Amino acid sequence: MEQIEFNYPAKRKVPKRAHVGVVGSGDLEVLLEPAEGEVAHVSIRTSVDGFLDTWKAVLDRFFTKYDGVVRIQINDAGATPGNVQLRLEQALEVSEQ
Amino acid sequence: MSNEGYNARFINRQSFIELDTRERAKALFDAGTSRELLGPFDRVESPWLPMQGVAPQADDGCVVMKGRIAGQAAVVVALEGAFQGGSIGEVSGEKMTTALDLACADNEKGVPTSAVILLETGGVRLQEANLGLAAIAELMASILALRKHAPVICLTAGTVGCFGGMSLAAGLASYVVMTREARLGMNGPEVIEQENGVEEFDSSDRALIWAIHGGEQRYATGLADALVDDDTPQIADAIRGFVSMGVPPVHRSSQVALFRGRVEKLDTSRQWDPKEFRALWTTNGSDEEKR
Repeated sequence: MEQIEFNYPAKRKVPKRAHVGVVGSGDLEVLLEPAEGEVAHVSIRTSVDGFLDTWKAVLDRFFTKYDGVVRIQINDAGATPGNVQLRLEQALEVSEQ
Repeated sequence: MSNEGYNARFINRQSFIELDTRERAKALFDAGTSRELLGPFDRVESPWLPMQGVAPQADDGCVVMKGRIAGQAAVVVALEGAFQGGSIGEVSGEKMTTALDLACADNEKGVPTSAVILLETGGVRLQEANLGLAAIAELMASILALRKHAPVICLTAGTVGCFGGMSLAAGLASYVVMTREARLGMNGPEVIEQENGVEEFDSSDRALIWAIHGGEQRYATGLADALVDDDTPQIADAIRGFVSMGVPPVHRSSQVALFRGRVEKLDTSRQWDPKEFRALWTTNGSDEEKR
């Protein structure tokens, strides 16, 4: 298992928290919570080691469009980059509802 | 054409199996009465999985909700089949047991509280072996304590099924509800094949698996009390029915003489065909059953 952390600049308040997904094979769980300050913090635990660059690429892209001040925790069981992107967008959608 | 009618019914059906675990639990309550206890943001998760290189889940694959069913207080415990095969670890086991114990305490205080357990599980979580085994033993004790006061209803909807130690827990339930897609059994098909050979059980033969472990066969042989479609309103209705029915006069697991008699009458020297077995099992000792 690998633990990965990222920080991104952020400024917008997020209305509520969101929980989506499941730590099942090829899937992941996303817990998104409103935070304080001007940074979005992402903490990842993944069962599949050695994909730091891929995680960075997916999250860099996600945070080019997203500016919510949040704390995101990801528990991953080998999701593909596309799946990660979809789950992040789903969490975002739930948190803005 | 009747075919069109069937298709419309099928398409408009609100599948229960396609709901996620949280939605499944919520769907069983009277609308707007449920609230989750120890949810994912409480982050009570397995401390053992990360030590073994496995990512944990924030709710340890166990959703606990309290609310009202058929106007009565009830607790629903739902296992997430997609996380580690719905297996029981220290945390998920403790969540289930504590939920049932609190329901039992409420009953003792004069507040009738039933329990519904949604079983999508392969049994003990191998990474937490001894703790998982202990958890299932504790869970069974909690079911036995609670079922004196209020019904404990086990629902296996599918498609993981209910196997291993948790099938024993289901055996202690006041009522068991299954869909055709669900399976219930102590040893799963792969385990039987591995232990006794492919001649005994071909685990690639899906028709055989469902003919033996499937909901229809379990219902026909009296090991399940209701066979429901994969239809959310129908399933919620069945659960409400059993909650309203209350504690059964005799629990299935207390009918030791009946089942012992049935097993004794069975000729185990030959292989039984599931259909043939169904006919024999249900006529076998059926007079006693009416007691």
